[in-house]
Amino acid sequence: MDALRLMTRRNVVRGIAATAASFAFPCPSHAQSAARIVVIGGGFGGAACARALRRIDGKLQVTLVEANRTFTACPFSNEVIAGLRDIEAQQFGYDRIAAEGVSVMAQQAVKIDPQTRTVGLADGTSLGYDRLVLAPGIDLRFDALPGYDEATAAKMPHAWKAGEQTLLLRRQLEAMEDGGLVALAVPAAPLRCPPAPYERASLIAHYLKAKKPRSKVLILDAKDTFPQQRLFENAWKELYPGMIERISLSQGGRVVSIEPATNTLVTDFGNYDAQVANVIPPQQAGRIAQLAGAVDHTGWCPIDPVTFTSKLVPNIHVIGDACIGGGIPKSASAANAEGKACASAVASLISGAAPAMPKLDGACYNSVAPGYAFSLSGIYQPKDDIFAEVEGSGFTSPVDAPREVRLREAEQAQSWYKTITVETFG
Amino acid sequence: MASALINVPKKAKRGEIIEIKTLMSHIMETGYRHTAAGQLVPRDIITSFTCRFNGAEIFRADLFPAIAANPFVTFFTIANESGKFDFEWIGDNGFTETASAAISVE
Repeated sequence: MDALRLMTRRNVVRGIAATAASFAFPCPSHAQSAARIVVIGGGFGGAACARALRRIDGKLQVTLVEANRTFTACPFSNEVIAGLRDIEAQQFGYDRIAAEGVSVMAQQAVKIDPQTRTVGLADGTSLGYDRLVLAPGIDLRFDALPGYDEATAAKMPHAWKAGEQTLLLRRQLEAMEDGGLVALAVPAAPLRCPPAPYERASLIAHYLKAKKPRSKVLILDAKDTFPQQRLFENAWKELYPGMIERISLSQGGRVVSIEPATNTLVTDFGNYDAQVANVIPPQQAGRIAQLAGAVDHTGWCPIDPVTFTSKLVPNIHVIGDACIGGGIPKSASAANAEGKACASAVASLISGAAPAMPKLDGACYNSVAPGYAFSLSGIYQPKDDIFAEVEGSGFTSPVDAPREVRLREAEQAQSWYKTITVETFG
Repeated sequence: MASALINVPKKAKRGEIIEIKTLMSHIMETGYRHTAAGQLVPRDIITSFTCRFNGAEIFRADLFPAIAANPFVTFFTIANESGKFDFEWIGDNGFTETASAAISVE
């Protein structure tokens, strides 16, 4: 997928400077029965990995470190913003995972020492590991967009991590007067869930059309193209004529700074005052991956795609949004598939067996209105240093299709969500 | 369907350093790529960008195939007097685009 391609002519020089250290796998020196695996991060990747580890080998000592006692899922959270869904439908606990023998610690990991192979927790506890799986997701880069920091996010929400931010954006839309401008700032790739900003714009338009029909949605985009673009654009024409405007990168759409006092998004060629401003800033791998030393100059974690082992730190695996996946988009579906495949690789490495070649399913549903969705999916396998889509495996919804097809895909999206959340959280 | 974007301050103080930003939508096809069938994709780039102030050239850039699509050129100049900036992009296949903007200097 083009949105995930890291090398462009603009940044190729930095790519040349990249170096990749590689580490031989250590011999399995630990008694197989007592191997200790620590997983940091309880999202779709980490939780699925912890569960799968216990299922593959009930003797493994698996600890899941996750600061939040409740997980709030991003997929479908755009429907919460648009008032179509309650946030409770996005929330999951860890009880069932604990019941399967995973030791769940509601703590923040604050330190990793690869030499002594220990993880330090916020309460001072230290956890030893034989293998460590990092699934920290993304951090928002509050240094990347002048004027946009954590304090500003309380006024101009990103809503790019589901939870309070999701509800804040919803409340702002509810409080806005009819005729207002809702502006979305979309960053350049790579980002979590590349088509999600356009789904969000669609569902916000759906809300406005019903409740505040004189309002407009403006997308200020640091990209020229985006996934399923024709499907989205056709749907906008059909469902929300004249309501959604998008200014692409080559039309000067890249937001370069924020003026919080006036709710203004600044591009190189114009200023846009919004009644509701949804600023999605550039992103990077979650902080604990930085602390572990697993992050390279791109802000993300280079891995060996067969075993998910870090190319920078031994005995550490990285899965989900934080890793450099190549062709596989950063999504819940990818993270879940990676979590399971990584569990299998970790178990193999511990038992001294050769890790199997992972085969990852990725699927992504985009909803533009209730009962109107389309999707893209593919199968991904390691190719050189990244994941590449297996030739012929890619599926994208047809651009021209009757509404019944969109309705069916909306129903499939619901069952996809049910399946992936049950599979991950029990 | 090329189009120019320019950003020139409408006003400036005499002697002030001002930033001028321009962006031209253009494919910037290098001329080094081949189609799946092995045919060379012909070069199609912008070759020159010029800015004149009140008729006198103040900035010029020659562009080459290594420049990415949609060239974004920014530069600084000193605002000495009121007047008009004229921008011109010239390229392969007879490509030519112009834009202009006025500045008032106090």
